[in-house]
Amino acid sequence: MSPTQWDLPVELCCRPMAFVTLTGLDVVYNAVHRAVWDAFCANRRADRVPISFKVLPGDHEYPKCRPKRTSYEWYIPKGILKTGWMNKHLNLVPALVVVFYELDWDEPQWKEKQSECATRVEIVRQSLQGRNTKVAVVLIQKKTPLPPGEDVIASERAAALCNACELSGKSLFVLPHTDHLVGYIIRLENAFYEHAQTYYYTEIRRVKSHKEFLNKTTHQLLFVRHQFKIAFFSELKQDTQNALKNYRTAYNLVHELRAHETNILEIKTMAGFINYKICRLCFQHNTPLDAIAQFRKHIDLCKKKIGSAELSFEHAAWMSKQFQAFGDLFDEAIKLGLTAIQTQNPGFYYQQAAYYAQERKQLAKSLCNHEASIMYPNPDPLETQTGVLDFYGQRSWRQGILSFDLSDPEKEKVGVLAIQLKERNVAHSEIIITLLSNAVAQFKKYKCPRMKSHLMVQMGEEYYYAKDYTKALKLLDYVMCDYRSEGWWTLLTSILTTALKCSYLMAQLKDYITYSLELLGRASTLKDDQKSRIEKNLINVLMNESPDPEPDCDIFAVKTAQKLWADRISLAGSNIFTIGVQDFVPFVQCKAKFHAPSFHVDVPVEFDIYLKADCPHPIRFSKLCVSFNNQEYNQFCVIEEASKANEVLENPTQGKMCLVPGKTRKLLFKFVAKTEDVGKKIEITSVDLALGNETGRCVVLNWQGGGGDAASSQEALQAARSFKRRPKLPDNEVHWDSIIIQASTMIISRVPNISVHLRHEPPALTNEMYCLVVTVQSHEKTQIRDVKLTAGLKPGQDANLTQKTHVTLHGTELCDESYPALLTDIPVGDLHPGEQLEKMLYVRCGTVGSRMFLVYVSYLINITAEEKEIVCKCHKDETVTIETVFPFDVAVKFVSTKFEHLERVYADIPFLLMTDLLSASPWALTVVSSELQLAPSMTTVDQLESQVDNVVLQTGESASECFCLRCPSLGNVEGGVATGHYIISWKRTSAMENIPVIRTVITLPHVIVENIPLHVNADLPSFGRVRESLPVKYHLQNKTDFVQDVEISVEPSDAFMFSGLKQIRLRILPGTEQEMLYNFYPLMAGYQQLPSLNINLLRFPNFTNQLLRRFIPTSIFVKPQGRLMDDTSIAAA
Amino acid sequence: MAVCIAVIAKENYPLYIRSTPTENELKFHYMVHTSLDVVDEKISAMGKALVDQRELYLGLLYPTEDYKVYGYVTNSKVKFVMVVDSSNTALRDNEIRSMFRKLHNSYTDVMCNPFYNPGDRIQSRWALLPVSDPVQVGPAFCVLLPSFCRTCLAILVAKMQPFGKQGRKGLFKL
Repeated sequence: MSPTQWDLPVELCCRPMAFVTLTGLDVVYNAVHRAVWDAFCANRRADRVPISFKVLPGDHEYPKCRPKRTSYEWYIPKGILKTGWMNKHLNLVPALVVVFYELDWDEPQWKEKQSECATRVEIVRQSLQGRNTKVAVVLIQKKTPLPPGEDVIASERAAALCNACELSGKSLFVLPHTDHLVGYIIRLENAFYEHAQTYYYTEIRRVKSHKEFLNKTTHQLLFVRHQFKIAFFSELKQDTQNALKNYRTAYNLVHELRAHETNILEIKTMAGFINYKICRLCFQHNTPLDAIAQFRKHIDLCKKKIGSAELSFEHAAWMSKQFQAFGDLFDEAIKLGLTAIQTQNPGFYYQQAAYYAQERKQLAKSLCNHEASIMYPNPDPLETQTGVLDFYGQRSWRQGILSFDLSDPEKEKVGVLAIQLKERNVAHSEIIITLLSNAVAQFKKYKCPRMKSHLMVQMGEEYYYAKDYTKALKLLDYVMCDYRSEGWWTLLTSILTTALKCSYLMAQLKDYITYSLELLGRASTLKDDQKSRIEKNLINVLMNESPDPEPDCDIFAVKTAQKLWADRISLAGSNIFTIGVQDFVPFVQCKAKFHAPSFHVDVPVEFDIYLKADCPHPIRFSKLCVSFNNQEYNQFCVIEEASKANEVLENPTQGKMCLVPGKTRKLLFKFVAKTEDVGKKIEITSVDLALGNETGRCVVLNWQGGGGDAASSQEALQAARSFKRRPKLPDNEVHWDSIIIQASTMIISRVPNISVHLRHEPPALTNEMYCLVVTVQSHEKTQIRDVKLTAGLKPGQDANLTQKTHVTLHGTELCDESYPALLTDIPVGDLHPGEQLEKMLYVRCGTVGSRMFLVYVSYLINITAEEKEIVCKCHKDETVTIETVFPFDVAVKFVSTKFEHLERVYADIPFLLMTDLLSASPWALTVVSSELQLAPSMTTVDQLESQVDNVVLQTGESASECFCLRCPSLGNVEGGVATGHYIISWKRTSAMENIPVIRTVITLPHVIVENIPLHVNADLPSFGRVRESLPVKYHLQNKTDFVQDVEISVEPSDAFMFSGLKQIRLRILPGTEQEMLYNFYPLMAGYQQLPSLNINLLRFPNFTNQLLRRFIPTSIFVKPQGRLMDDTSIAAA
Repeated sequence: MAVCIAVIAKENYPLYIRSTPTENELKFHYMVHTSLDVVDEKISAMGKALVDQRELYLGLLYPTEDYKVYGYVTNSKVKFVMVVDSSNTALRDNEIRSMFRKLHNSYTDVMCNPFYNPGDRIQSRWALLPVSDPVQVGPAFCVLLPSFCRTCLAILVAKMQPFGKQGRKGLFKL
């Protein structure tokens, strides 16, 4: 875009830098000069001094200096600031002119060269006549200079050169052309910078010196001008603090000027410039709040200074520019590190700029609506001789005229007309859109999504005004969903209305229909008459006719649009539009509801589609179809009416294909589910409603799932919250809000009509073949086929149970590990109505605990549903929990031959093994037999016959057995000696003959075997009799491999007299036996203690008498002397 | 005084908007809507401050050239937004605060109305507003929302008691 009248001049917006010209450099043909110039230009980063360099020829003519005014008395200024002034000091009048000259100190032709150099300096001085511009000379030398003071010739010649050129020593420089060029250049430019600062300082002093000549009445403008100049020179001097101070003074002075319609533009222009400078410097000084405050003050001061009413759009344009420029400054500051916030960011300024641009457009529209016949005035009053204005902000046709009266009203009129006509050609929309999009970018950055949307709406509307409907639609469409999702219907309606106009003007069928659908819907806040109009248009469009134009559209655009619509009609092609409604709020609402959350397969699936129209007039639809996840059902759920196109309007209230506004229409659908879908979910995936028909145009509204659009979820929530009582309606009608979408249903199998009974006797006993009798009886009316039984452990229980449970149909043999835990699909055959069958199952449970058993009976049956023959698979299952318990407890103990409890047994000495079988089963058990399997280390003393064959045990009863065993000496075995196994064969007493006997094997405990050195056993009769001799023989066996020294003594007892060795010491050889014979003579009857035998083994002190007591009896029963006996003895005698 | 008053639901849809220069209603709708950006930001900045320490008044949301937009948020996240003319210097923070407090009271009264379903747009049927010219009504005009007669309500509540669990059903039998 070329700069317009309102754009700030470049020289104002740039950062002023000291201007230094370089002469005597031939940058085109001389490589050394080129290198020097490049070193000045390249890499001008922030650390280099701020100078703008320019290469000029040595004889360049600088702008002439006007003769110095000696008195201001008769001087009347013609304006505030000349348009060329800033540029002059930035780019034309240098602060310093540098003369480059190639000259070495040892130059042979020194004199000539010196005078040539002096001439060059003189030429420059001539050109700068009257200015304070400094001149400096730089000698480009080939040789590296010696350190100062060492080169005598150099200092001499330098002094001579200075003299010749009338230069001070400070203005002569040497630039050796060596490797360190950049370093020398940087030193040079620092020196130049100092000279430049001195120059600007003198300039400031010079301007200040004028002040004293000025008077307040005639020189008001000069106060502003001088203040501005001081500030500008300060900036050039890089003294920004003073610059800011002076600009502020200048700003205040501008507003002190007497303002009138004729000079208001000049004042505003200058105020704008100075304000720009102030804000810029404030941002530069990192005081953004000062900048904002200054800008606010500026706007408040200037807002009302509209000036000429005929040119009020100029004010708006100026205001817009002020905001835009500030926004730019703000944005630039942010890029340099300033942080902005949500409520204070450049976006607001761009937005405001856009508002003023809009205002400008409005004003221009009303002020510049001249007839087409009015020609642009000739000669052009806006043209000036030089092509530019002399002073900023003045009118070209009366430049420099300070009088407030219009000297030439005619001229003024022509000038205004010219401006107005020019304004007409301004692309306002373009300006507005640029500003808005700047603002959008800012608000996006500062988390203002709604502001962004709002600005985008405005952009869209502006595009609409600019007749760029495609872009307008794109923007509007983009933001619509934001307003929709937040439920701001008023705003949505307004956007939709514009969008509808755009789509009409472009004859975009699909968009036109979509927006119409929503504008007719419940989210639209349009009045009914508007809705009627839109509905009528929609019906027209559906009948393949052109709609009426939207109101307030540009007449020419409407004409074009009508042509487009006509083309559309003739255009053959797809006239079916499918529109997904889930993202907007159409005027037809839809809800699908299955009658039940599940249906049996033999019952038809029923559901309702509820439709409600929100448009003002009844509308007819041509087709309704429902789609399911299983597409085979789609064909059953279609309502179609073969109506001709012209019938759409006829009899609209009749028939079920017509939707009456506000009334809920219920449509019932029914279909029979497929048997394959048993156990599956049937879901409505979409509902399609066609408006119009295929001969004209057809719109298919597509609801995903069971209906609902962008607004319905919130409405459903509100309806659920509401406890408003709804008025009673006739039976066949329902309240729309009370309908809850139910878009899916389960198909479940037909209810079985059979009975399954289980008969069994719990609990089960471990390892037994537990009998489970399954009785299946059919109550169906027809024959059932393919009855199958699945029985066994219910899946999903502990994995260990599966391994320890086995099921079989054959009870006659024991099942082993190979049998499964669950028998599946055992064919049972067919069953006639009323027939019953019984099946026996045997379950073997290897571990105790409770188990769940499943009995599942499935069958097929032919059913007629909705006049359709279907084969239904029905099933019934029964679950039973069975506890498994041990049938009996077996206790085993070791006792000595004296039935004393033994903790250990002694090698070679017989002991008794006693088993005790205690029935724990609630049912009677038959112990078929028992068996003792001895380990090889055990030997039996007598027969191992079972003593409990065929014993029946009731609950709590026990059966015991006793075996006499002996364990040969084995040496010391760690952990004892295995005894063997005890095997019990048993079954339930109630079990049938063919049920196998269960063998339960019980591992007998290990027993600790201990060797003893000496075994003593006694031979004595089972009883004694008073005063009868009682012979007792003790056998002493040496069980060791040593000769044993044995001390034996017998202690006397009161009850006995005895004969035999009372105390003896003897030796027993290894493996031999010693017998001791005693004759006891009982004296008393009763249970009497025998005279105790004490044995002392010298080698084994551990062998105690206590141990001895285990083997030999300690007492005996003594019978009294019998008379009968006496008699017989007497008789015998 | 205020040129536009809005009550915004927790979910950010408008429950109630009234503006005085009715001819430019849309502009105020947009203004209120865009101000929600700042409200959202302020609420999220408040974070989980203790409820009783929380300041409901959000202050000036953002200034435009011609209007000032103020915000207020209740503990149930219902927002009140008020637009006042920038040129009106009589309205200082304190006045705005008290206007919001009145508005809050009126809103509470609406909520107390057993016939009002929370979350529904406040229809003019409920809002018996003398909104025609709030400029003249001054700060007190905030009583634009209906004050459902509190005593009347008390009677209703009292009469509801005997109905026990039937609660609201019983109410309609009155």
